[in-house]
Amino acid sequence: MAITRKQIMSVFILLVCVAGLVFSAFAEEKLKVGFVYVSPVGDAGWTYQHDLGRLELEKKLGDKIVTKYIDSVPEGPEAERVIRDLAKNGHGLIFTTSFGYMNPTLKVAKMFPKISFEHSTGYKTAKNVGTYMCRFYEARYLTGIVAGEMTKSNTLGYIAAFPIPEVIRGINAFTLGAKSVNPDVEVKVIWVNSWFDPGKEREASEALITQGADVITHHTDSTAPIMTAEEKGVYSIAYHSDMSKYGPKSHLTAATHVYGDFYVKTTQTVLDGTWKSDTVWSGIKEGSIELAPINPAVPADVVAHVEAVTKGIAEGSLHPFRGPIKDQSGKVVVETGKSLSDDDLLAMNYYVEGVLGKIPK
Amino acid sequence: MDFDIFIKILVAAIASGTPFVYAALGELITEKSGVLNLGVEGMMLVGAICGFIGMATTGSIFVAVVCGMAAGAFMAGIFALLTLSLMANQVASGLALTIFGVGLSSFLGLNYTSVALSGVPELHIPLLSDIPVMGELLFSHDILIYCSLFLFAAVSWFLSKTKAGLVLRGIGEAPKSAHALGYNVIAIRYIAVLFGGAMAGLGGVYLCIAYTPMWVEGMVAGRGWVSLALVVFATWRPARVMIGAYLFGGITVAQFHVQGFGIEIPSQLLSMLPYISTIIVLVFISRDPTTIRLNSPASLGATYHPSQPHS
Repeated sequence: MAITRKQIMSVFILLVCVAGLVFSAFAEEKLKVGFVYVSPVGDAGWTYQHDLGRLELEKKLGDKIVTKYIDSVPEGPEAERVIRDLAKNGHGLIFTTSFGYMNPTLKVAKMFPKISFEHSTGYKTAKNVGTYMCRFYEARYLTGIVAGEMTKSNTLGYIAAFPIPEVIRGINAFTLGAKSVNPDVEVKVIWVNSWFDPGKEREASEALITQGADVITHHTDSTAPIMTAEEKGVYSIAYHSDMSKYGPKSHLTAATHVYGDFYVKTTQTVLDGTWKSDTVWSGIKEGSIELAPINPAVPADVVAHVEAVTKGIAEGSLHPFRGPIKDQSGKVVVETGKSLSDDDLLAMNYYVEGVLGKIPK
Repeated sequence: MDFDIFIKILVAAIASGTPFVYAALGELITEKSGVLNLGVEGMMLVGAICGFIGMATTGSIFVAVVCGMAAGAFMAGIFALLTLSLMANQVASGLALTIFGVGLSSFLGLNYTSVALSGVPELHIPLLSDIPVMGELLFSHDILIYCSLFLFAAVSWFLSKTKAGLVLRGIGEAPKSAHALGYNVIAIRYIAVLFGGAMAGLGGVYLCIAYTPMWVEGMVAGRGWVSLALVVFATWRPARVMIGAYLFGGITVAQFHVQGFGIEIPSQLLSMLPYISTIIVLVFISRDPTTIRLNSPASLGATYHPSQPHS
């Protein structure tokens, strides 16, 4: 029987189909995980910390997944487009890492019910959208201890971005930490009304230092406060990332957040098919919050105390917001023996005793 | 508030105002020639990143300054080509230049986000810097601040005392008449625009190697726009540009001190203060309509070509 052209063609088509099936089966084995970042990765800061997490995820589960990130995505309609593109291109799990991605994430998630979404720092969830955030305040409390021990003027400086509960919680935790070792300490806060403006952060740092602060810390994104402290010869405590290379002498430590574990665990549940939408607020206990290496200028007994407190928080025997805590007017806001609940922490809108000035309303 | 802090605020005000001094004096020369370049923000950014790259690779302030000025002038050159040779609309081209500059600078700076520089050392002039108060206020800044004071002197002298300055002003007033007198309007405007670009670039360099020695995307943060406004509110007079620049810088610094002292004014309101007070002061000191008309270049923003018929 002669082989007709038709037969050759059918065999060929069959082969292509089989190859396609095999290929797609192979492709399905690797879960595609997408990340959306609000700024360039750089080598310090919010996005940098998330990218460290992504790299760890690749290291741990690299044989089962591929990751992709898109950076400098502005919050708003542009974000929705980027998230939708990731979803369309077969990403099974998408992490959106900035507060302003909340609504775009939810909108896209509705269109792709089979894809898992994880949104960082938001408060809205859906069936296929979970949220995750770190207990930054735990690290703030620890850095407060370092600052309280290292200050000579008993004045600490705090450069803050916007008066929202997250930032106020940090200021209070820092103050409580400092007062736990040095009751005379006072914290001066300057609001720069910007997350990121190196010029303003520098000016605010200078103002704080001029007014007597000899340890400054910041809840803004640039390294300017650390550099200014180095220049003026005072101590500084960084936020987000270890910024010691910007101020080798001034940088005492940094309150950093670590996402590797969370990304690995979450991705594993998606691989196993057990992922469920959840609200994760993790801290020292889960390894999500760490201090950067402490400067040798800090005495060993202080380091030991910080380590003991870290252990206490991890074990749950210690809570940064354990009473008695008074607000600025001296009114008791947390009674002796009690700790603030997560809901109260999330809604915090007052300064504790020891913070100077008023919260801008 | 003790006296010492007051002096510190003044010293910081000078540093904080210096980027505006450079960019605004450059733009003043550009506008005096009758060209309105709204691309200051973009030129500052590109100047900043190029100066930063120069500083990061060679470690020399001189190289940084040259790179930044060249980059600013290059950006201005694009603008000049579009508006002076190709007769494009100045407002639209200037805005486009800013958008382009924002993108170009972040692209060029990709590998430089968070390279740390050592900064520019303060130059304490011997003896003079030991004078109490005045020494700290006037004689203990970095070299780029002294250069900006020199620039101010040079620009003032050039505009009011030299023939070339007169020609420049004449071209800004009445390009057709200047052309009829035999001056090459387009060539002189090219020079003015390039100078403006170089100074904007230098303002950017000051920001990213001296004021906050680092590069981050968009670090000029609107200072280009403020410089543009300063030129207009200072009614195109160099001395008033200086007042405006230092006032703006001073109030920016002072409002942080006010917060630090715990004076109860909402910080959002304080953040607005530099803008409002600078405008009010400059408008107040320049409120005489005759002098405004005398000083504002009559042909500002209008496209001009030598072959245009006299109207």
